[in-house]
Amino acid sequence: MSELLKVSEVGKNFGGVRAVHAVSFHIDEGEIFGLIGPNGAGKTTLFNLINGVIRPDAGRIVFRGQDITGLPPYRVVRLGLARTHQIVKPLNDMTVLDNVTVGACFGAANLALKAARPAAREVLKLVNLDNRADQLAGELNIAGKKRLEIARAVAARPALLLLDETLAGLNPTEVTHMIAVVRRLRDEYGIAILMIEHLMQVIMDLSDRILVLNFGEMLAEGPPAEIANNTAVIEAYLGDPDLAHKILGTA
Amino acid sequence: MYKRPFFWIVLAVIAAFVLVPGISGDVGLRESLLLGAVYIVLASNLNLMIGYTGYVNFGNIAFFGLGGYIGMYLVTALHWSVWLASAVAGASVSLFALLLGLGILRLRGAYFALATIGINEAVKAAVSNFSPFGGASGMYLSFSSFAPLGGPRHALWIIYFAIVVLMGASLLLSLAIKNSKFGLGLFAIREDEDAAIVLGVRAPWYKSAIFALSAFLPAMVGTLYFFKNGVILPEQAFDLTLSIEAIVMLMLGGQGTIFGAAFGAFVYEQFRGFLLVSPLFSQFQLVVAGILLLAIVLFLPGGFMGWVYRKLPRLRKVLE
Repeated sequence: MSELLKVSEVGKNFGGVRAVHAVSFHIDEGEIFGLIGPNGAGKTTLFNLINGVIRPDAGRIVFRGQDITGLPPYRVVRLGLARTHQIVKPLNDMTVLDNVTVGACFGAANLALKAARPAAREVLKLVNLDNRADQLAGELNIAGKKRLEIARAVAARPALLLLDETLAGLNPTEVTHMIAVVRRLRDEYGIAILMIEHLMQVIMDLSDRILVLNFGEMLAEGPPAEIANNTAVIEAYLGDPDLAHKILGTA
Repeated sequence: MYKRPFFWIVLAVIAAFVLVPGISGDVGLRESLLLGAVYIVLASNLNLMIGYTGYVNFGNIAFFGLGGYIGMYLVTALHWSVWLASAVAGASVSLFALLLGLGILRLRGAYFALATIGINEAVKAAVSNFSPFGGASGMYLSFSSFAPLGGPRHALWIIYFAIVVLMGASLLLSLAIKNSKFGLGLFAIREDEDAAIVLGVRAPWYKSAIFALSAFLPAMVGTLYFFKNGVILPEQAFDLTLSIEAIVMLMLGGQGTIFGAAFGAFVYEQFRGFLLVSPLFSQFQLVVAGILLLAIVLFLPGGFMGWVYRKLPRLRKVLE
């Protein structure tokens, strides 16, 4: 499989705080890549560095063979790298359909307004929001807003999607639905996914590979089974040494 | 665009503005409608910034005044025709706004609003001290300037019709932007600029473009309006009060709505005319405007049309 994203030795300091330091990894096409770590480990900062919300102080980010280090977000998404936010950012006074149409109009798809509406409707169906299309986005509940966040990003037709804690704050039924959506995005749409998640069961289950961050630095990287058995990861994050067995069901 | 009902409503309004005073020959009515048309141009172009993009421009009158000055200079000093002068004034003020926008539109919220007040005052001070523009004593038109339009009496009618056409152009511009991809990008910026940027809206360029576009027609009308008056002075051209009144008109009618901007401007103009001639209120016209703004913000934040559209959502499809 060919390499989609390559992050090399990326770093960012906020004043004296080393938020992200010398992080390197790559993501292949069609891969689901998990990003985990304790609160404040620099996961969201890493997302912000990748999609250009903030400029890295050091390192290089290459996407589809093109150097995107420090490019503004609107250029990055045009190249096929979309993201969602941990704290949802719906365009409140616009309809759900218009929200997704923005994604279709201005993302990598770069559709004309006329073509963007039907495309947006299709994406709304995927996340089960099609019956809310004409409602104002601000009127959705939190689960609805999270789905909208994904729909907008998917409407851009990205090659790589960054999902920032999409499952947080959802009830078990909603979580199950969302996992199915993520799988479909990869299997049917061929979108590679980089996801931050705190639900260990889910991330171990979904990911092909996982990267663990701690205090802005890489703690480990590898397939889920390896991560779950890594002593450093257990000490820093998982806490319970038996957790790996519980999660992987190999007691 | 011609498929939309609003397009035909605009044509009907233009026809009414032309025919009613045109047939009756009522000069008083014409002057009142002319002021109404000027206000509609100011309010609907201001709507592109406030209502569509979410940026409050307190200095919107600077476009009108600067357009007036450039046009008057071209007519009096260089003896250009008023039409060419008006078009060139529109284009140059737009260019000025574009360059200005690339700088000050980095500011957001209240900081941007404060900067626009500063710009209005700075332009006013610059013009007041710029001798080719007549400095503090302004510029006067000689009577002969009306000759190409068939003398003063004729010229006033022609200028009135031209302003009405620009009013129609303002409304159609608002409609065209609202139903375009460009407009969708602006609305996204209004709702959440950071989210819009992440979704791919090139916000810095979009904001500057709409700032420049919102300057074009007010500047053209500025030339025609001061040409009609025959005189331009810094105090009239850069009157901050009128800037604020334009915001009141927009809030009154409903920011973000095309019909509301026009309706608010027209009603406010009529209302202001009434206040100015009433012996009780003539000194308090601005106090009333202030109270009005306060009442709208507190009780009817969507303005009149915002309220109407909430009650009758189907009407939005007809009027927008």
